[in-house]
Amino acid sequence: MSFGQTAELLARFQFAFTISFHFIFPAFSIGLASYLAVLNALWLWKRDAAYLKLFDYWKTVFAIVFGMGVVSGIVISYQFGTNWARFADKAGPVIGPLMGYEVLTAFFLEAGFLGIALFGRKRVGDGLHMFAVAMVAVGTLISATWILAANSWMQTPAGYEINAVGQFVPTDWWAIIFNPSFPYRLVHTVLAAFLTTAFAVGAVGGFHLLRDATNRQARIMFSMAMWMAALVTPVQIIAGDQQGLNSLEHQPAKIAAIEGHYDTTPTTPLILLGIPDDTAQETKYALEIPNLGGLILAHDWNASVKGLKDFPPDQRPQALVPFFTFRIMVGLGVLMLVLGVWSLWARYRKTLYTSKWLHRAAILMGPSGFVAVLAGWYTTEVGRQPYTVYGLLRTSDSLSNVDAAGVGASLVAFILTYFVVFGAGVFYIFRVVSKSPEGEKEELRQGPTRTAGVTPVQQVQAGGPDV
Amino acid sequence: MFELSFIWAGLIAFPVLAYVVLDGFDLGIGTLFVLFRDHAERDQMMNSIAPVWDGNETWLVLGGGGLMAVFPLAYATVLPALYVPIILMLLGLIFRGVAFEFRFRTKRWRVVWDVGFAAGSAIAAFMQGIALGALVQGIKISGRAYAGGWWDWLTPFSILCGVSLVVGYALLGACWLNLKTEGELQQRARRVALYAAGGTLVLIGAVSLWTPFLNPIYFTRWFQWPTLVFSGLVPILLAACAFGLWQGLTAGKHLQPFVSALGLFVLSFAGLGISFYPYIVPGALTIREAAAPDASLGFLLVGALVLVPIILAYTGYAYWVFRGKVQPGGGYH
Repeated sequence: MSFGQTAELLARFQFAFTISFHFIFPAFSIGLASYLAVLNALWLWKRDAAYLKLFDYWKTVFAIVFGMGVVSGIVISYQFGTNWARFADKAGPVIGPLMGYEVLTAFFLEAGFLGIALFGRKRVGDGLHMFAVAMVAVGTLISATWILAANSWMQTPAGYEINAVGQFVPTDWWAIIFNPSFPYRLVHTVLAAFLTTAFAVGAVGGFHLLRDATNRQARIMFSMAMWMAALVTPVQIIAGDQQGLNSLEHQPAKIAAIEGHYDTTPTTPLILLGIPDDTAQETKYALEIPNLGGLILAHDWNASVKGLKDFPPDQRPQALVPFFTFRIMVGLGVLMLVLGVWSLWARYRKTLYTSKWLHRAAILMGPSGFVAVLAGWYTTEVGRQPYTVYGLLRTSDSLSNVDAAGVGASLVAFILTYFVVFGAGVFYIFRVVSKSPEGEKEELRQGPTRTAGVTPVQQVQAGGPDV
Repeated sequence: MFELSFIWAGLIAFPVLAYVVLDGFDLGIGTLFVLFRDHAERDQMMNSIAPVWDGNETWLVLGGGGLMAVFPLAYATVLPALYVPIILMLLGLIFRGVAFEFRFRTKRWRVVWDVGFAAGSAIAAFMQGIALGALVQGIKISGRAYAGGWWDWLTPFSILCGVSLVVGYALLGACWLNLKTEGELQQRARRVALYAAGGTLVLIGAVSLWTPFLNPIYFTRWFQWPTLVFSGLVPILLAACAFGLWQGLTAGKHLQPFVSALGLFVLSFAGLGISFYPYIVPGALTIREAAAPDASLGFLLVGALVLVPIILAYTGYAYWVFRGKVQPGGGYH
């Protein structure tokens, strides 16, 4: 099953496919874990049952997302060996310990406390339960830190030397972890995870407000999500700009591909749209704004930024994918900002919970975070080509000694499995979030008012058995 | 002073053993779904492991990530050699892993996730056994890469190892049920455990008799001074565990059979360790050859020495929180 492709291309596609799925789930679970910690803390602080209901509501979603994240992650930790053995041999001494620390400091922490966070409130009491929820949230953030250190090192390697058999030997761990692109990438990615969650939560909130604008839980989640959208999106845009400056400094060829610049010109236009053509070495049908590219990329109206032709052909990334994925990401970022500002306006006009158009827009923007995260990821990863370790280890020299048929067959197996399994998972998530966060059964039993201060843990098990 | 690579050989063996005994019983539970068909019983079985399975599987990630960190050459040669069984194991683990959440979310498709849980668990166990068998029988390496074919791993010996691990995990699973449940489910688990115990012992015997004839290294290891002491000791201890298992099951003890079954695994694992040393890929790569540079080994060692005890402490705490019998119908979901 080689489909007429090389083993290298199939292995790249397999990695892209499996890591895309894997990336979606953690992007959601990083944000959700922190959201759950905040909700639980608010419940303990205010003893307002609405927060507890929201906790139990999102807890169910978190359990499904987290489970899918775990199983898709195990695949990644073995794929470095099956398809990318030469990469593992050469870069393993640097990348391996970073991933080892990720497992030791993050995965065990999450796994160890997840059971208590999900099932153990009654058994351990409020205090320890809060601690467990916080540990899960902290674990997801620690995990992001290590894996982004590893990924950033592949983009901007530092603190190594190369030994006689071609392995990267660590010389300075501090320089390896805090490599030049790491701080920028970490901030940008973690903010992206928070925004992804905010827009997903906002969509669910908007959906339930459309059905019943008085639903208290829907109001709270919608309001929290819109605060995130309004406050974090501008910060994220600044973080993204900073990461762009960093890439221009360390990976100028990637920037040239993203921008669709083939020629180096005295001033740099911004190509809004067009179709980069690597064979013709030009961006066709380009819609340009003069000088703006220099202003955005180098913060200088008259800046000249290197075009792809300034790099030897065998050291250039292919431009088409980064060009478009980058524009998708930025476009969605602008829409996120619009929604955030709109929500501030509605809040000021006191129509946040009644403006149906705002709620509809929020529903439409529900998947925006996921799409933007993937688009940004493709931009940076495809932009790193033709290297796995930028400038040092070529992708073609990273591959295992495997033939295309085997890689193709396993690729097909992964595609089929992932669509069945994760398709079902997404379906179950939709089913959970399409139910009112009120907990209808309890509503009938208890009526809409309840005493603060009682702990109705058992009564509000959202998503009870056999739904 | 000890070389870092040998310290790490011991340390990397630990997560593998931890994985085998911990995920062993919950993969076993999955396999036992074949014998326990009642819906409520299956709920109970699953709930007995729901709070801990994720932590158990994390040891597998540590084994993989750790191997890449400290023995990158072993990782880069063994995984391509075991390409097919590894991929099938991963697919099996995906199906069984999501079943924990999915089967409580649907009625119509519950049977699908039940089958996924059972088949996924059994396939993962079988493929782990095959992978082990393939490693024991040896892997062809030239230069710094795997040099064999796609199907080298598939031999009668590796299949025997695969079957052994499925049966062995089922034994662990049945003993876990005996520990965590009551009443009729527990009675049946005990009967299943007795059969599985017999099967496991016979299979351990078969694999042990076969192994020394696969490779002269094993033969000399097993029948030469001073390792002969260990190869003599291991069967005696195995017999003691077998007795503990039989006595515990027939006398209706709760914890003893599980501990004895774990003992069987620990001893078999020790036997493997004796056979492998000083190789990490038998006959092809020694521990020293495969080791990462000292800068990598030292960096991760500091973390492992500090963090693994902490991990064991809070993992132990999580087991403690969910101690005691699982009540029928009193699920966590």
